[in-house]
Amino acid sequence: MKILFSFFTVVFLVLLVFAGATTGNKYVLFLFGVIIPYAAFATFLLGFIYRVVQWGRSPVPFRIPTTCGQQQSFPWIKQNKIENPSTTMGVIVRMALEVFLFRSLFRNLKTELRDGPKLSYGSDKWLWLAGLAFHWSFLIILIRHYRFFIGEVPSVIHLIESLDSFLQVGVPLVYITDAVILAAVTFLFLRRVYIPQVNYISLAADYFPLFLILGIAISGVLMRYFIKVHIVGVKELAMGLISLNFMAPAKNLQEIGVIFYIHLFLISVLFAYFPFSKLMHMGGVFLSPTRNLSNNSRMVRHINPWNYPVHVHTYEEYEEDFRDKMKAAGLPVEKE
Amino acid sequence: MYDSGKIIAGLLIFVALVTFPFYFNVGKVIAKPETKIDTPEIQKLPEHERKCVESKEFMRPGHMQLLNNWRDSVVRNGDRIYLNSTGKDFDISLQNTCMKCHSNKKNFCDKCHNYMGVKPYCWDCHIAPKENET
Ligand code: HEC
Ligand code: HEC
Ligand code: HEC
Repeated sequence: MKILFSFFTVVFLVLLVFAGATTGNKYVLFLFGVIIPYAAFATFLLGFIYRVVQWGRSPVPFRIPTTCGQQQSFPWIKQNKIENPSTTMGVIVRMALEVFLFRSLFRNLKTELRDGPKLSYGSDKWLWLAGLAFHWSFLIILIRHYRFFIGEVPSVIHLIESLDSFLQVGVPLVYITDAVILAAVTFLFLRRVYIPQVNYISLAADYFPLFLILGIAISGVLMRYFIKVHIVGVKELAMGLISLNFMAPAKNLQEIGVIFYIHLFLISVLFAYFPFSKLMHMGGVFLSPTRNLSNNSRMVRHINPWNYPVHVHTYEEYEEDFRDKMKAAGLPVEKE
Repeated sequence: MYDSGKIIAGLLIFVALVTFPFYFNVGKVIAKPETKIDTPEIQKLPEHERKCVESKEFMRPGHMQLLNNWRDSVVRNGDRIYLNSTGKDFDISLQNTCMKCHSNKKNFCDKCHNYMGVKPYCWDCHIAPKENET
């Protein structure tokens, strides 16, 4: 149900833009080629900032890192400086490992009930591997796309491109990341279907981004290798959009080709959907208190910011109030 | 906001990265590629026959696939004749067919390719037509 709902939402989006773009009407193309991309980008940027600021407003008064190593203690006990950091430097290294290599996912385990009955745990690196492959391919693909947005393409981008296509298969050259991202997204989807526990907790909000990204990747691959479009026109449009001078290229929108509009529209949907979705983990990973705090609870006193002054009545004050009565009742007092 | 210094710094980096194309090209003139088809070989053709191997609408997006098919046709099948969609035949050759008409590689192929940031590696082996620096 959740799968079909997400799937048909993406299919509907594709049909919508397909129907629009095949009319070749210049106003419809202007909508899909100029207005929607701008609106989506603005939503992405403002929504992202809003979400992060919203998170920033939640106080994190105490240190709650999830650690899995020896914390700083006596000098003769060896501290695990990365898994249980007590300094900012340690946190930076820990975060870098998390962001670039998904270190915490590397510890992913699978649990099985075996005959006996016995509960057994085993290492399960597939999710980590597919996740890493997916995210890195996505990043490289994104960087490669900068050639559409930069007048004179810098040599770094040429370098990335030539490494990505070094197998030199076919013309246009096949990019390795194109194959990797398709395989990885497919794996990430099948995993949600076939592992019963994961299937049980998967929501439409998990499937929809997967289908959307799969749609973007497939339309991109089709456009590069199979259904060719007028790429020079695409770059003219892209350069027009970023220089806020989109009237000139807008004259040639008809010449580009429908598959491009499908690709662009799905990307626009992804951008607009981003701040409202789980994809915000892109910003969220940096704001995870279980990761980005150093474990220095035993060295530094952390004061709860919402502590208000509590009116306390100390024993001294109490005795002051009732000293006479206490003496009369024969109770011991501290001060005569 | 708590830890506002760090969060705002992070957000600024994010905005700078995401809007990078918007400010990176400011002040740079990026000319659209103007391809020239005024080579002697094309000029020799009568006006109404100044056509490419296939229609312009096909060549513009699809010339790399055509070249790939040409290459496969020669290198794998030994077939050196290409029959186009209008029934005209061409010798299959990058250097002797394409580049005979388009002998102005710098003002033709390279114009688009530089604009798009593509560098076909074909010229590692195939010989580009001799041209005067323009
Ligand atoms: C109208 C502009 C234009 C002209 C003129 C042009 N090309 Fe291209 N060429 C392109 C574009 C656009 C691409 C694909 C770029 C991409 O995939 O982003 C391309 C790609 C190629 C590729 C594949 C390169 C690769 O690594 O993917 C080859 C080979 C090629 N062109 C050969 C030629 C030759 C030879 C000529 C001259 C006879 C020529 N082109 C003229 C625009 C042009
Ligand atoms: C490693 C060197 C090398 C590279 C790189 C190379 N070729 Fe070739 N190509 C050859 C050789 C060798 C032949 C065979 C020539 C023959 O049999 O006539 C050939 C033949 C061809 C032919 C058919 C025959 C002819 O005379 O043109 C085409 C078309 C062709 N290549 C296109 C390309 C294109 C397009 C590229 C770039 C995407 C390319 N080649 C890159 C070496 C290369
Ligand atoms: C008979 C001479 C001739 C040959 C051979 C030839 N072309 Fe062309 N080509 C032309 C002419 C003329 C045009 C302009 C067509 C037009 O404007 O309708 C053209 C246009 C093109 C375009 C589109 C340019 C643009 O600005 O949109 C490309 C790309 C191209 N040729 C590539 C090639 C490639 C690659 C080959 C080899 C497979 C080739 N041509 C072989 C004459 C030729």
